[in-house]
Amino acid sequence: MKNWAILAAVGLAFAVLPLTGDNYLLRLATTVCMYAVLAQSWNFIGGLAGYPSFATAAFFGLGAYTSAVLQSFDVPMFTSWGAAGLVALLFAALIGGAILHLRGHYFAIASLVIAEVLREIVNTTPDLTGGGMGLNLPLMEGSSVAFEARFFFYAMLALGVLATAVAIVVHGSKLGFGLRCIQQNEDAATILGVNTYAYKTAAFSLSAVFVGIAGAVYASWVHYIEPPDVFDILLAVKPLVMVLLGGIGTIFGPPLGALLLLAFEELVWRNFLTVHAAVLGLIIVALVLFLPNGLLSLVRERLKRAGAPS
Amino acid sequence: MSLLVLDNATRRFGGLNAVDGVTFSVEPGEVVGLIGPNGAGKTTMINMITGVHPATSGRIQFDGRDITRMRPHQIAKLGLARTFQIVQPFPKMSVVENVAAGALFAGGETSLKDAHAAALEHLRFTGLADVADRPAAALTLAQRKRLELAKGLAMNPRLLMLDEVNAGLNASEVDDALGMIRRIAERGVTIVLVEHLMKVVLAISKRIIVLHHGQLIAQGDPREVLRDRTVIEAYLGPKYAAAYSGGAA
Repeated sequence: MKNWAILAAVGLAFAVLPLTGDNYLLRLATTVCMYAVLAQSWNFIGGLAGYPSFATAAFFGLGAYTSAVLQSFDVPMFTSWGAAGLVALLFAALIGGAILHLRGHYFAIASLVIAEVLREIVNTTPDLTGGGMGLNLPLMEGSSVAFEARFFFYAMLALGVLATAVAIVVHGSKLGFGLRCIQQNEDAATILGVNTYAYKTAAFSLSAVFVGIAGAVYASWVHYIEPPDVFDILLAVKPLVMVLLGGIGTIFGPPLGALLLLAFEELVWRNFLTVHAAVLGLIIVALVLFLPNGLLSLVRERLKRAGAPS
Repeated sequence: MSLLVLDNATRRFGGLNAVDGVTFSVEPGEVVGLIGPNGAGKTTMINMITGVHPATSGRIQFDGRDITRMRPHQIAKLGLARTFQIVQPFPKMSVVENVAAGALFAGGETSLKDAHAAALEHLRFTGLADVADRPAAALTLAQRKRLELAKGLAMNPRLLMLDEVNAGLNASEVDDALGMIRRIAERGVTIVLVEHLMKVVLAISKRIIVLHHGQLIAQGDPREVLRDRTVIEAYLGPKYAAAYSGGAA
């Protein structure tokens, strides 16, 4: 109940942002929401099941290209977004069957390769995908810049809220419990009757579906996609960093991490234009070293100490 | 009808037959001791029955169904539970959550809430109710062994295989565990007990099975089996066996 209240409050607080009329702020907020979707999705497989997936970039690019190609065949935008989510989901279920028996580093490497394979497929099918030339997406008819900024902000916000709502449901369900067992001790989980194969595949698919849709929305938002952009390795690394920042395995850690990462990126980028990547890296290393359980754990400890009778 | 039947079951690792053509059966309600020197294949036998390392040849039946090729989680749901010699808790979860997992995924409970309630019941039975909310990693070894037992019970098993639940415990802890195993057997749960402590084996087994180099070398009444020359040889060598049975004759 408390989780739903927090979700509603944060969602509403974000929803009034367009009233400021500041398009720069709105662009940042849209990116925060997109990051939140990626982080929340990664948390299903990486946080709950404990499988360090680097497949986020693959799902993102797959969603972006699915939607873009469909729209090039005059499929309506919303339909193509839905199709992107569905394709990402089925793709994850299929690939998951092949790589989820790998553990630890081996799984990480296998998941990292998926995006590279997809990128090569896109590069070698220029007739369909535009290949290295990229693909243009149709503009929305009769809309203004300000309208589009608001429209895509709300689309990403809705997606972020949806992903978090699903996270709340999963965390309190048999699926979430089983995934936590797998994360803690997979062999013991099997012996206790957890169908680890099905559970891991479900988590991997959950980690794909919203990312696929986010990729599709992103493609429509920027109107032009190319392989290095939507299969960017950073799209696979950032979700992991965000979840670690906010709090792994928690419900509100991922969105909190998304906000923090974007804030860091913007501040550092503005002030250290030439060395921003290095400074960002240092900050991340420091945070992971000194706050391994994320910022939420700090908040929680404070609350616990304040609530203790002593 | 026998609850568990092994028919010429073999588990091969490369060139080694860790379990080699073993045939035996366990009747409902029985308490069977499974003994043998280190490396005899006792734990491999349990891993083979529970599907962790499936039999490479031969057949295993549980309650009339062929489980030779079933996956571990399917076998667990049929009511075949085991504990681990090296305890396998979910370390960061609370003790009650550990047990609730067994109740939810194999014990037939349908909701997390029911599984929690059932888990508390099993914790009371195993004397862990006081530490229900502690993380499993904080338990002592004796408590962790009891947690393994509680997890096994939560699965609502028809056959419970206990892999050295008494190893590493002191004398009074062993007595406690012994009493607990007896009470479990009294509930009608069939038990296969892998054990090195002869005191425990003799106290509760109606029948024992002896493994050596993966082969079944003797089975039957506990006291008779322990006088068996091949069994003494397996544990202590032919020289001692000759002297011992010579002296007894």
